Formats: sequence, structure tokens, C-alpha cells
Amino acid sequence: MIEAAGLTKHYGKTVAVDNLSFTVNPGKVTGFLGPNGAGKSTTMRMILGLDTPTGGDVRIDGKHYRDLHRPLTKIGALLDAKWVHPNRSARAHLAWMAASNKLPKKRVDEVLDVVGLTSVANKRAGGYSLGMSQRLGIAGALLGDPEVLLFDEPVNGLDPEGIVWIRNFMHRLAADGRTVFVSSHLLSEMSLTAEELIVIGRGKLIAQSSTQDFVDRASGTTVKVRTPHLDKFQAVLKRENAVTRVEGQGTDGIALFIEGEVTTDAVGELAAAEGITLHELSLQRGSLEQAFMQMTGDTVEYHAHDLDPNVATVIDPAAAEAPAVSPTEVAAGPKEDN
Amino acid sequence: MSLIAVERIKLFSTRSPWWCMIVAAVLSIGLAALATGLATGADEAQVTPAMSQFGVGLGQMVMMVMAALAVTTEYRFNTIKTSFQAVPQRTSLLLNKTIVVASLAGLVGLVAAFGSWAIGNLLAGTADMSIDSANDWRLLAGQGLVYALAAVFAIAVGILIRQSAGAIAILILWPLLVESLLPLIPKIGDDLQKWTPFTNATRYINGGQDMGLAGADAAGPSTALSPWMALLYFATWAVGLLVIALVVASRRDA
Repeated sequence: MIEAAGLTKHYGKTVAVDNLSFTVNPGKVTGFLGPNGAGKSTTMRMILGLDTPTGGDVRIDGKHYRDLHRPLTKIGALLDAKWVHPNRSARAHLAWMAASNKLPKKRVDEVLDVVGLTSVANKRAGGYSLGMSQRLGIAGALLGDPEVLLFDEPVNGLDPEGIVWIRNFMHRLAADGRTVFVSSHLLSEMSLTAEELIVIGRGKLIAQSSTQDFVDRASGTTVKVRTPHLDKFQAVLKRENAVTRVEGQGTDGIALFIEGEVTTDAVGELAAAEGITLHELSLQRGSLEQAFMQMTGDTVEYHAHDLDPNVATVIDPAAAEAPAVSPTEVAAGPKEDN
Repeated sequence: MSLIAVERIKLFSTRSPWWCMIVAAVLSIGLAALATGLATGADEAQVTPAMSQFGVGLGQMVMMVMAALAVTTEYRFNTIKTSFQAVPQRTSLLLNKTIVVASLAGLVGLVAAFGSWAIGNLLAGTADMSIDSANDWRLLAGQGLVYALAAVFAIAVGILIRQSAGAIAILILWPLLVESLLPLIPKIGDDLQKWTPFTNATRYINGGQDMGLAGADAAGPSTALSPWMALLYFATWAVGLLVIALVVASRRDA
């Protein structure tokens, strides 16, 4: 368990982390979410005792990192895959790390095998691709077989194959019962990886909750309907006081979105009662992007929302063909088909 | 002991320390070959063991560069962060690094000193190159101590400066220029120079030695201290600087 209490870090006059308190619970993947520059990396460096907090503190199972003996057996971390001497081989890099925590030499070969670097283990790390470096970093994190793992932006800059590999790897680690604390500014990535979320913006805590709760609370749900009788069904819905909007192009692409407290059951029954054929009826969960924008968005975005509450309700299909430009609408548009 | 192993693996798993060691030994012994081998005829008989040691100081510079790089490359490639993450007891980690690097430097110092003497002995056959007095042993075996302490000095500078170019510039300019130019300052210059670290290191090696053909001036300026006190003084500088560096490294962000 990682506990931060009133964690604060100033660099000169810049406040990187501002009175941040959170708990990373054991046995789960916890996402650490925030825009670039929100203070995620600084927080992680403070967890690892690399940077000294200006105020407050952070403990791992009740201990400061600097008081840990053989810390690699307790908490493994990958903050930056490039923290390796370019002229040192992967094996030598892991060998000195293993020696520093009195880990047996065979652990080096084991972790190299786990991350699939055995064949290039004796080559200089400077020649590795980013994906390979990332694997080496993960090997280093796993070296001490720790209960807690810390990853800072692990998928940043990786190709799709690398991203899938990392994502599956995290799930495997969590399935082993390990605590995984992973930061990212890639919100969609977090929704696939993390069970719990700690969200920060400008160094301050915005939310800590389960990923599901965070999304539900922040954005609500939308029901998507495709029907050949678009106008008729829209009129019916209007009669029922439902908030609707139309998006998409072409006969097949146009879809009707019903917002607010609606269920697919109710919409389906309504369509049946009116004798309207439906080609699609699905629940659209609000995306993490949407939730995130709502919670971290600056005041300008909120003002736009207040001044024009109907901006999300595009009733005229012709208008729907013109691409939306309002940031609110971009944020509100479902980006994720569940 | 495990931290000694850590630093040993780090040092020997890249190539540059090997190159520095080879260059240090070759420079020392090569200059010794020139200084002793080019003396012929009557000059040859005036060659002394001290004359074979002129290049050893150059090798010492190279080993200081190696020692500084052992720290600054860790900062450059951010492996210092990985190091502090693996061993959060920073003082302990850096002390072990100092022990490994200084021991190695000491060893290279001995190789350079005895190698230089051996080549001098070989090339100046008619000279008295015998090693039989305490002064002679100080001249040769003492280089091991000076190399080791100079490495400690360099590591401390490396920790404080963190950048290779800056650290190396200081380590080369300080002994070569700053200490030797001090006497240009009127009135106090000579006294200042007497209390500089590297002048005292030279004093430890050359104090009371017969410089032979090179003349007494080649021994460098005499300081206020006896040779062994001069070494102690040099050691105080090195250790003092290291203590400051360790305190700074423990306090600042990695």
C-alpha cells in the first residue's frame, strides 16, 4: 500500500505537487491520471525517495522509501526506460541491480526471459529500440519480485504491438495479486488497464475512485439508436421529453443519441409501442476523456457549456453534417463504442 | 560487500575505464622511456629513479578523469536515479563507489610507477636505479596512495558538478594551471601555493628526492610540510571534499 499525505513539492516558485493525499490499495491496478505537467512523475519520484518532498510525506507500507532495505524486493519501478548506460549490456545493467539488493544471479536470466530479451541480453542497451528499452525497464522493476510496481507512462511512444504487450503484462501482474500503480495521460489506455483511478491536475487531487464510478459520475450514459425512421422516432422521443441529438453521415451512419437517465430497455419498448424498426440499440458509456475533460477542464470550457446549453442537442440533421467545433461538443461526443 | 560488487560491475561493464587505465599506464611508462632513454653518454649516469616518474603525474590526470566520469556518466545517463532507487542509502552507495574507483586508481598508480622505474632501469643501464631507501620506496609505492587520493578528489568533484565537461575541466585546470600560476600573485602567492592540495601531493612524492639530470627545480615547489605531512594534507582535502559531496548528494533531488 502506498499512502501519500499532504505531499507537496516546490521547484523554486513552481508548485509541482500541491498538498496531494491518496492511497494506492494493494492487489489492484491503480491508474494515475493527469494531463502533461500535472505532477505525476514528480509524485512518483517522491514515492521512490529520489526527490525530497517540500512538505508532507509518502510511505510504502508505513515506511519511507529511504528506510527500506533491499527496496527492489518491495517495490519495483520503471520511471524512464532510458535510465540505462548506453554502453552497458542489458545483462550487466540487471546484474548490478541484482547485486545491490542481494538477489541471486539467476534472477537476471529469469526476468530477461519474462520480458523476452534473452537473445539480445549481451548487446549494448544504447542500441535498443524504445520497445526493447521499455522491456528492459520492466525487467528491472520485476527483478526483486516485488509486491508493488510503479510505472510512469509505460506506453508512451510505443508502437501498437508494444502497447498491447504492456497492457497484457499489467493485467498479468494484477492477476498475480500485485499492486500496480501506473501513470498516464492517455485516458483511453487507463480505462482499459486500471480498476481504480487517482486523478490529478496542476498538482492537486481531483478524484480518487474506481474507474467505473469516475466515468459514471462525471459523464452519465447515452443510448445510441439507428433507425430508418429517424425523424418519426425523434418526434416520439421529443414528446417523451428526452434530450436527443443526431450524429453521423449517410443513411446507415446517422445515429440518434438519447441522453440523460435512460435505459436501452425503455427506448426499445418505446420503439416497439410506436412500431418503429430499430437497426441498432446500444448503451454508450461516457468515455474517460469525457469524464476527464469535465473534471479537469478549465473555466473557459465550463463557461462555453453554460452559455449554450443546447449545443449538444443538434436536432437538425443538416447541422449534424457540419463538423462540430465547440470543445464541449467534442468532449461530449462518444469516442468509445462499448 | 554487495555494494562493492555493484560498483565493480558498473565500472567494468563499460569500456571507458579500461581505456583510461591503459592510457594512464602507457603515458606514464612512455614518458619514462623518453626521459631516461634519451639520456646518453655521461648524462645517462645522472639518471635517477625520480626522473623516471615524470610521466606518472600525467597518468594520474587520466585516472582522475576516469574517476570523475564514473560519477558524471551516472548523472548524464540518469543511472544515478536507478542507483538511488536500488540503494536509497546514498552515502553508502557513493562511498562504495569511491572505494572501488580509488582502489583501482591506486593499483594503476603502482603499475605506472614501478613500470616507469623498470623501463628507466632498462634504458639507463649505467645509472644507479636501485630502490633501497625509504625515500625510494615513497617515490614509487607512494604513487599508489597519491593516485587513490586524487581519485577520491575527482569523485567528490564529479558528485558536486555532475557534468563531465565541467568536472574534467576543473580537475585538469586546477592542478596544472591554478596551482602553478598562484606564485604570480605578489606577496601572498607563494604562501598560497604552499597550501594547495596537488602541490603537496607532488611534495610528498618528490620531497628529498635526487632529481639528477633534471635539476632540483624539477621537484616542484617546496611546501611548509614534510613529505608525509604533505600527503596527510592532500588526504584531508580529498576526504573533506568527499564529505561535502556526500552531504550534498544525500540532500538534493537525484
